[in-house]
Order: sequence, then structure tokens, then C-alpha cells
Amino acid sequence: MKKNSPSIDERLEMHRRMILTRLLEERLGELHKAGKTRGPIHRCDGQEAVGVGATAMLSAEDFVTSTHRGHAHYIGKGLDVGRIAAEILGRETGYCGGRAGHMLIGDITQGLIGGNAIVGASIPAAAGMALSIQVRGASNVALCFFGDGAAQTGICHEAMNMAGLWKLPMVFLLEHNQYGLTVHQSVQSPVADLSIRGAGYAMPSEIVDGNDAVEVYRAVSAAVDRARRGEGPSLIEAKTYRWEGFSTSDMGGYQSEEDLAAWKARDPIRISYDSLVEAVGKERLDAVEKAAVAEVDRAVEQALAAPLPNFAVFEQSSPYAGAV
Amino acid sequence: MSMMRYAEALNQALREEMQRDPTVFVFGEDIGRYGGVFKVTRGLMEEFGESRIRDTPISEQALAAMAVTAAMTGTRPVLEIMYADFMPLVLDALINQASIYEYLWDGVTMPFVLRTQGGGGAGAGAQHSKSLDALVAHIPGIKVVAPVTPADAKGLLKSAIRDSQPVVFLEHKLLYNQRDEVPDDPEHLIEIGKAKTVTEGRDVSIFATSRMVIESRKAAELLAADGISAEVIDLRSLRPLDLAAIKASIAKTHHAVVVNEGWRFCGYAAELSATIMDHAFDDLDAPVARVTLPDMPVPYSEPLEMAVLPNATKIAEAARNILK
Repeated sequence: MKKNSPSIDERLEMHRRMILTRLLEERLGELHKAGKTRGPIHRCDGQEAVGVGATAMLSAEDFVTSTHRGHAHYIGKGLDVGRIAAEILGRETGYCGGRAGHMLIGDITQGLIGGNAIVGASIPAAAGMALSIQVRGASNVALCFFGDGAAQTGICHEAMNMAGLWKLPMVFLLEHNQYGLTVHQSVQSPVADLSIRGAGYAMPSEIVDGNDAVEVYRAVSAAVDRARRGEGPSLIEAKTYRWEGFSTSDMGGYQSEEDLAAWKARDPIRISYDSLVEAVGKERLDAVEKAAVAEVDRAVEQALAAPLPNFAVFEQSSPYAGAV
Repeated sequence: MSMMRYAEALNQALREEMQRDPTVFVFGEDIGRYGGVFKVTRGLMEEFGESRIRDTPISEQALAAMAVTAAMTGTRPVLEIMYADFMPLVLDALINQASIYEYLWDGVTMPFVLRTQGGGGAGAGAQHSKSLDALVAHIPGIKVVAPVTPADAKGLLKSAIRDSQPVVFLEHKLLYNQRDEVPDDPEHLIEIGKAKTVTEGRDVSIFATSRMVIESRKAAELLAADGISAEVIDLRSLRPLDLAAIKASIAKTHHAVVVNEGWRFCGYAAELSATIMDHAFDDLDAPVARVTLPDMPVPYSEPLEMAVLPNATKIAEAARNILK
């Protein structure tokens, strides 16, 4: 077995979490069409292996910062699908009691802090957590997810520079899905492989197949070990593709059918299934899928039945005291 | 009590709080080896080392974002932003990050302090002389303080560092060399949100911030020569505002002048004026008078700069006008 490879149990768990994510995205698409959700929803269908594979080796003490497209990151970091669904449906039982919505879910207890809908902001957010870890002399690590769009922000450069300079214990996980909103990467950057930038920050970088959860796991696991040893940050560029639109409000028309078909042929859940079926058998994988379907069905059903929140006046100790 | 400069009082506050709490660290541009361009952090790197007194690259946007998340994950960062004119660079971290998380996520605290200095009078030109108090005081969930005396500088900075919420700490470049008595007590803390009566009076209340408190005291002397008794209140905390002190003073004098070195339109003085109208309208015998910088850039040459800065003469004139 290659170094930093996940065990069969870990691979089964990643497989399960990818299916949970996919089913949730599909259900959200339906609920949006039925007018049961509010605002835009940014689905990550086709990108599940990045979010799930990059978080599978982390503990609750490790910090993850996410993006506006974070459902795989949330589920990968161990958040409960039921409370995620409830938050997205604006319910009292959601992770944030309906105050946050799907882009801004955070759970301090799981180290997922958190979703961030300002493109690029997840990057210095993780750097700040890594700085805190370093100042305190702790052994946990921080990981930021960010896209190829976010890679073009100024704060990406600032944060990578400081992380490299100070050898911060963190991993930069570039989830390269080819599009910044509707604009293809070739219209956003002079280079297709953004990992080349690692050299400029004295950090190792690597391109991995973002549709293969095991490959993502191996690369991130090695980077996490390096960060824990105090050797500094790494940049991992996971190549993947966004199947659905930027958000549920996307009118489409800018992705080529050939690209879409080629990437759909490399479905991360299919790749995971094919690589596991020999070792664990079809029955076990089918059972995993069946349980996942039941879990997402239950999550959505319970969320829809849960109460909507009541607006509460702030207590005197709140930073927002006196606002209402 | 010890006689010391304002900059030395700040230095003492930082040293005492860093000795008291190992999670306090200071970072910013030129603050380490050089000791800060206004000498506030002089000698601290020798005592606390390069990890807790950290020189940084010129990367204000990421630094501010990092202060927010370092504060969420177990440290108490103190970030120095060299000039208040650079505050627009850190506004995303304050407005879209720091301001929202205590509302969205359970169990979050953000004990960070962002120190900066603003104000005119030193010939620093249009990009190094502004008071942008209103930009930060506008943001819910963030406290803003502006000490005038060395004793208040020490007591408020210590309170800000111990506070569980974000605090923007506004200094003024012309105050650093002001000398006065400062309590030696390491528990010398000034409660955030409490104004201070600097000069008692009967006829008109002058509410001022930062260096404008000194100009307002001089204005009170000018007015006394005319037989007008002015009460000068140093707000000290711009947010939260000491509404009780404001109302009590107006109940006595029935006249209010508000003084702030920032711009007039949508400025901090405008907010003060509206707040007074909301809460003390029945006690007023005349409209609230505003004394501010005019809505234009701060000029460089001395006579030009002096023409635009609020001063004792302009404040006294405003008071006489509403007493007519």
C-alpha cells in the first residue's frame, strides 16, 4: 500500500459521505425548483471527492474553512446531514438556527469554521487559525478550501506568502473546478496549473485527480503530516469539474457538452465504487448506498417538519444588544 | 502613578497583558525589530520573542482576516494597522467576517484588538491624515474606542485586550508624545462604553472624540472668557456610546455641540447628532451643532491643513451660534 493511503474502512466511509453529499445536492435542486428553499444554492455535484477526500484524515481539533460551495466540506468534516438540511431550509433545528443559510454554516465543535461566501476569504481565515496554532504551540492543523476563482484574489497571495514565510501548519486545498462563476479558468489566469505558484511561496505543491477521493486523501494526508511536523504549508491543486451551474440561479450556456460528458464519465462516486467493489463486494456497497438514501430522505423530511425560528431580542451581553 | 508619554502607556499596557496572558500576541508592519513607527511596541520583541511580537509583510487585508480567525481559535491577537487611512483595506475582515460570526455561530468569541492611528496636523498628506472613525463605528458587533490621555490609553487598551469582542482602538498621531500621570496598577482597567466629563459646565455640552477633546477644552476656556460655561465630555468609547452621560449633560445645559475630526456627511458627528435628537430632543433649546473636517481631502501645506482641521476657535464659534 502506498504511503498515506486510506484504509478500506476509511474508503468506505468516504464513499458513504460522497453519496450523502450527492443525494443532498440532488434533493436541494428539487426543493429549489419546488420553491421550498430561499436564495441561491451552490451545488457541488461532481466535486464530492475533493471535499470528502481532503477532510477524511482530520480530527475535530483540526480547522477547516470552506467556501460558498461547501456541502462536501461540511459532510466530510463530520457535520450531520439532518442539521445541514435544516439550516438550508431555514429551520430552528439547523446548525445556526436558520441565521446563516447554506453558504455560512459553521460548527466550532467539529472545527468547521466555516462556510464563507466572500470569494477568497477562506484562505486568510485558515492562515489566521494556523497562526493561532503556531503561537500556542499546538499540534493541530488548518486547511482551507478555495476555488480557481478565489486563487485570483489579492488575499490569496498575501495569505500564501505569510504561510510560506512563517511555515504555518496548514494546507491550501485548491479545488479547481474550472470556473469562477461563469468564467472559464483560461479567461482568469495565464496558467492552467495554478500549483506552479507554490514555488513562489517556498511550499511544495502537487496536482491530484480531484475526482479520485483516494488520491486526494493521499496528497492531503502527506501535507497534513508535514504541517504537523512543523515543516510548513503545502498547496494541493485538485482538478475537478462543476457539473451544475454556479448556483441554482445560473442560466447556463457557457459549459461545453463535450467537457460535461467527459467529466461525468469520471463520476467520483463511480470511481470510488469501482475501486472498492473487489475488496468489499457489491452487497456491502449497495447497503451503504441504501442507508445513505434513507439518511438523506429522513434529513430532508425532518427538516421540512421542523419549526421555523422566532426572532429574538438580543440579551444585554450580546454584541448586538440594543439593535432591536 | 508614573509620568509617561501616551506611546509609553500603550507599550506598558501591551507588556503587562502579554506577561499576564500567554495567548496575547502582537503583529503588524514594523512593530518588531524597529519597535513600531510610533514607538508603541519598542522593546517588546526582546522580551517576548519573534513569535509573539511578529513583524509582517505589507498585507493588511489578509492580516486583518487572520486576526479575526486567530481570535476565534484560542489567541488574543493585537494587530497594528499603521495608519487609519489603510482601514479601507481591512473592511472586509471587519464587515463581512468579524461582524457576523457571533451572530451566526454558537460558541464563538473574537477577542482581537485592531490598533490604528489617524488624524491630521502632522503634514502627512491626504492618504495619511484621515479620521475614518465612522467607517468602523458603523459596523455592528465591533467596539470602537479612542483614548485621549495616557492613563486612558493604558486602561482602555488593557480592557480591549481582555474583551471577548473585537475592538478597534483608535489612536491619534499627535497624542503619542502627550505626557501625563499613569496608574502603575496592572489592574488599571477603563470600562469600555463609559464617557468622561473633562470640564463641568452649565450652558453648553461639547461632546468630542480623540484629539478633539483637547481642542474642546481650549474652546471651553475661550468660551469662559465670554462668560459661557461649557461642559466638555470625552466620549472615549465611540461604540458602544455612553448614552446616559450624553443625556445627563444635555438635561443640564440644553445645548449640544458634537466634534469629530472625520468628514461631515454621514460622519461620526452626524450619528452623534441623530442619536441626541432621538434621545434628548425635548431637552434641547437649539439644534445640535456639528464641528468636523469639511468634505474634502486633507491638504499637505501647513496653512491649508490648518484651515480644514477642526480647532478650538471653530468649536467655540459653533457653541456661540447655538447659544444666540
